[in-house]
Amino acid sequence: MDKKLAVYICTGCGIGDALDVDALSKVATKEYKVPVCKSHPFLCGAEGVELIKQDMEGEGVNTIVIAACSMRVNYDVFNFPNAIVERVNLREQGVWCHPANDEDTQMLAEDSLRMGIVKAQQSSPPEPFQAENLSKTVLVVGGGLAGLTAAAEAARAGYKTVLVEKNPSLGGWVTRLYKQVGLKPPYSELEDVDIAQRVKEVEENPNITVYKGAQIEKISGAPGMFDVQIRQNGNLATERVGSIVLATGAVAYDATRLGHLGFGRYPNVVTGEMFEEMAARGELKRPSDGKEVKSVAFILCAGSRDKEHLPYCSAICCTESLKQALYVKEKDPEATVYIFYKDMRAAGNYEFLYQRVQKEGALFFRGEIAGIEEDGGSMVVEFDDVLVGDRIRTEPIDLVVLATGMVPTTAIGERLVVQADEQGKESEPPADEIIKSNILNLEYRQGPELPTLKYGFADSHFICFPYETRRTGIYAAGSVRAPMDIPSTIKDATGAVLKAIQCIELTAEGSAVHPRVWDLSYPEFFMQRCTQCKRCTVECPFGAINEDEKANPLPNPTRCRRCGTCMGACPERIISFKNYSVPMIGNMVKAIEVPEEDEEKPRIVIFACENDAYPALDMAGINRLTISPWVRIIPVRCLGSMNLIWIADALSKGIDGILLLGCKHGEDYQCHFIKGSELASYRLSKISETLNRLALESDRVRMEQVGIMDYDRIPQIIEDFVSKLEEVGPNPYKGF
Amino acid sequence: MGNKSILVVGGGISGLTAAIEASEVGYEVFIIEKNPYLGGRVAQMNQYFPKLCPPNCGLEINFRRIKSNPRIRFLTLAEVTGVSGQEGDFEVKVKIHPRYVNENCTACGKCVEVCPEERKNTFNYGLDKTRAIYLPHLFAFPMKYVIDAAACSKCNKCVEVCPVNAVDLNMEPKEMTLRVGSIIWATGWNPYDASRIGYYGFGQYQNVINNVMLERLAASNGPTQGKILRPSDGKPVERVAFVQCAGSRDENHLPYCSGVCCLASLKQATYVLERNPDAQVYIYFIDIRALGKFEDFYAKVKDNANIHLIKGKAGDITEDPATKDLIVVVEDQETQKLMKEKFDLVVLATGMAPATREVKAPADLVYDENGFVVGGAPGIYSAGCVSRPMDVASCVEDATAAALKAIQSTVGR
Repeated sequence: MDKKLAVYICTGCGIGDALDVDALSKVATKEYKVPVCKSHPFLCGAEGVELIKQDMEGEGVNTIVIAACSMRVNYDVFNFPNAIVERVNLREQGVWCHPANDEDTQMLAEDSLRMGIVKAQQSSPPEPFQAENLSKTVLVVGGGLAGLTAAAEAARAGYKTVLVEKNPSLGGWVTRLYKQVGLKPPYSELEDVDIAQRVKEVEENPNITVYKGAQIEKISGAPGMFDVQIRQNGNLATERVGSIVLATGAVAYDATRLGHLGFGRYPNVVTGEMFEEMAARGELKRPSDGKEVKSVAFILCAGSRDKEHLPYCSAICCTESLKQALYVKEKDPEATVYIFYKDMRAAGNYEFLYQRVQKEGALFFRGEIAGIEEDGGSMVVEFDDVLVGDRIRTEPIDLVVLATGMVPTTAIGERLVVQADEQGKESEPPADEIIKSNILNLEYRQGPELPTLKYGFADSHFICFPYETRRTGIYAAGSVRAPMDIPSTIKDATGAVLKAIQCIELTAEGSAVHPRVWDLSYPEFFMQRCTQCKRCTVECPFGAINEDEKANPLPNPTRCRRCGTCMGACPERIISFKNYSVPMIGNMVKAIEVPEEDEEKPRIVIFACENDAYPALDMAGINRLTISPWVRIIPVRCLGSMNLIWIADALSKGIDGILLLGCKHGEDYQCHFIKGSELASYRLSKISETLNRLALESDRVRMEQVGIMDYDRIPQIIEDFVSKLEEVGPNPYKGF
Repeated sequence: MGNKSILVVGGGISGLTAAIEASEVGYEVFIIEKNPYLGGRVAQMNQYFPKLCPPNCGLEINFRRIKSNPRIRFLTLAEVTGVSGQEGDFEVKVKIHPRYVNENCTACGKCVEVCPEERKNTFNYGLDKTRAIYLPHLFAFPMKYVIDAAACSKCNKCVEVCPVNAVDLNMEPKEMTLRVGSIIWATGWNPYDASRIGYYGFGQYQNVINNVMLERLAASNGPTQGKILRPSDGKPVERVAFVQCAGSRDENHLPYCSGVCCLASLKQATYVLERNPDAQVYIYFIDIRALGKFEDFYAKVKDNANIHLIKGKAGDITEDPATKDLIVVVEDQETQKLMKEKFDLVVLATGMAPATREVKAPADLVYDENGFVVGGAPGIYSAGCVSRPMDVASCVEDATAAALKAIQSTVGR
């Protein structure tokens, strides 16, 4: 595109009162020879916008630099389709946090404008990635409640589904239940399990292809074009699908490890699953001698909330046991029911079930099990009761039921740590752990399954965005993602299918998926200069890039989330987006005017995460906090896109310091691209070498973790850095 | 040919999620929000459990998704007054209350400097005041000022000072009709009115607050800039009690468990200790319901020697009129001793009452005894805490599921 650039400077909101707008305009017209440069007192008003539109029509302006407020506001006003629009923040990060009519504030504004013009000059309109032979079919892996729900809901929305179940029949764990807790008011009645109806609906739906007794041998490709090989009865079938719902559920914790609770030692100690089967047969009898059960003890948290076994709470065992207590009471109201628990976790409307079981006369004991032993064919439970503060010993009990917790199917398998090389080098970036659970068998450079979070769950780490697994287009649902009950599983599977459908539709448009849905750009690789160093393939947080046998990267644009981590990782700088690239940011840095040393005006470049640090800087301005005049702020998609060359560019230009403001990393990371800020910090750890080569101090580069609410802390973070730079002294490269 | 667009009532985390997720599949969506800003209750939270991360971070992404998506339109200060028609073709009447500030507003803030009138800051649950013309909060989206007509004296000073003619004191309510194919009801929840629990002294003793108020006290954009200070005298707190199930699991108030208050109090205990590591925190509970992986968070918080978890339901709370300190009486069930402990501040973990508890929606919805929405006419779905008590991640899942149901209602019609 032939660019015709125009700069518009708004003088409203105090900008015109605080700055010399004529001098600012000269930066555009004289330094950068921008053909059109206008100012307006109310640029976001109808008249201001009209001014821009007229220039677009009359003068052919197609590249627009708006020097006014933050890009976070008036996005709808300064929205000119088919034009490149760049925003220069003179308000929130300009005159609102710097003194008016001050030489340094003016210099800041002028540098901001220079950077904006350079960015606009170097930006091209993105051309969406258009893949071919796209499929709109959803693959559902697992035919239990979550998988059946996912398949049926996708079909109801008009999408074809392929469902793969490893067992010979559908239904999963729920089919083994005798009854389920009522989902409707009064929430305390037991209902028949409706799974047979769900199975029927799926099996009869012509838009759902079901593979039973089948396993996924291999999945290759990317969203919109996953190729799935399914092994069934020795035959290999192939399906092309657009996205995937992982719904393989959980299994019960291995009760044979619960010897201390008597399982395996005494026949009258059974698991909750075994008790369901007994209830379904209508035979509540002691396994040892077939005697009718007159007393039952339910042991909750059998394995759960236990550091030796499952440290987490399995979420459903309390209410499943309450339900089973009702089986006993419904069959024989005179039977004795003991429930041994730590906390009775009957959240929400399960409280009504809990109340009913109390009314039916079950006996509740809170505390820890001390031992379970046999006494003449019956069981005796010893218990440290915290409420009585003493050890109690029960009367002989016919049957003990262990409420074993759940283990996600993704947690079962050999652990694999993915690194650049087989041996693993020193100073590797933090590696992912993938468990070879033999479920998806992805042909991904970074391993065959989803990277798991804690305890092997394929969960998301985001409270706001719980469906974000780390493999684009693959959404986990149900108890494979987190321990959950029946109604939550149904909701979860329905939600996951929406995400799967959304991914299919966005991919067809050539658009990114969450969290940059609006983004039509994608990374392009200039392969002639690739050195096969594997940095991009290893560091991509989403496993988007495969490798050929010579270690050349094989990008999959529809797997890409557009964070730019690969661009930041690449030492040869061969990865660029149309509107975001290493040279573009490098040239913005180079556009900053660096005063001579004797002027005693240091310069600091801040690379700020667009989602959190940048808004926090805006908030500092809205609160009229004062920020050091030496800083020049450049927003980045994610700190993961920070390429070390920018630091070299800045230092060789005479910039005194570089401050990276990114999201919290570590266990409770907040980076929306998962590892971006962590990778930036890892890269910084390696920069001392570069600094030494330039004979510079490593103190000149600092990274701080800030959140969006840290606006009150940011001025001081910057001041502290300024003080450190004063100690270090000016950059010796000034004036070169 | 039916209508393919979707109406979402409520612009909190559930409504926003339902709307954005449906729009990103390709559907036209309208959001109707009664407040002058989007974000609902989560915008008023300081941090989420268990990550202790700020809700504004996720809202920032969601607002950016709205900003860049032409398929979403939203109306603030708006309410639905009537719904007619059927699945695939609903006619929805909407009333838009006057903002008295038009789209010219640049949020420059000059009006606030001249406004002589004050109002209780509802965003901070009345813990401080704003001028009659005000920005709803620091992260308000849209970032436009608004006038509280009940507080405004129509002195005209804001009109005169505004450089862009954004203030219009004569703005009238507007009505409009939307045609949509399906509807998602996501009007959320209110904290249970703790003043109804007479023996806890809420509303009577200044230093008895509820858990949502503590969120504001802990927030850096709150009334105390994030310092947790006693409402009576502004002193930093040394001893804080959390009273769990204040209203919940109680036949006389909310018979159900509100599901989130245990975790909310564990989280809020970390707020207190972050600001004052020597503070002593007592949590009086019946059961700690930290389900699933929240157990890790419970285990971590429990490890702090200054956090005391006492099993027992607080009996009553009295105030020392001289110091405004509070005395909480509880029977510790583990020791069977009656405890009388003195505190600077008592936080009532009040439960969630659905927005539809008091006032039913002008739509064909089915409720349970407690006012939660449990069903509706075909084409009308509920999402989030108006359906049952749930945490934020569950709301997002629920709303994402509701988005698919709403889409199904427009398919093939």
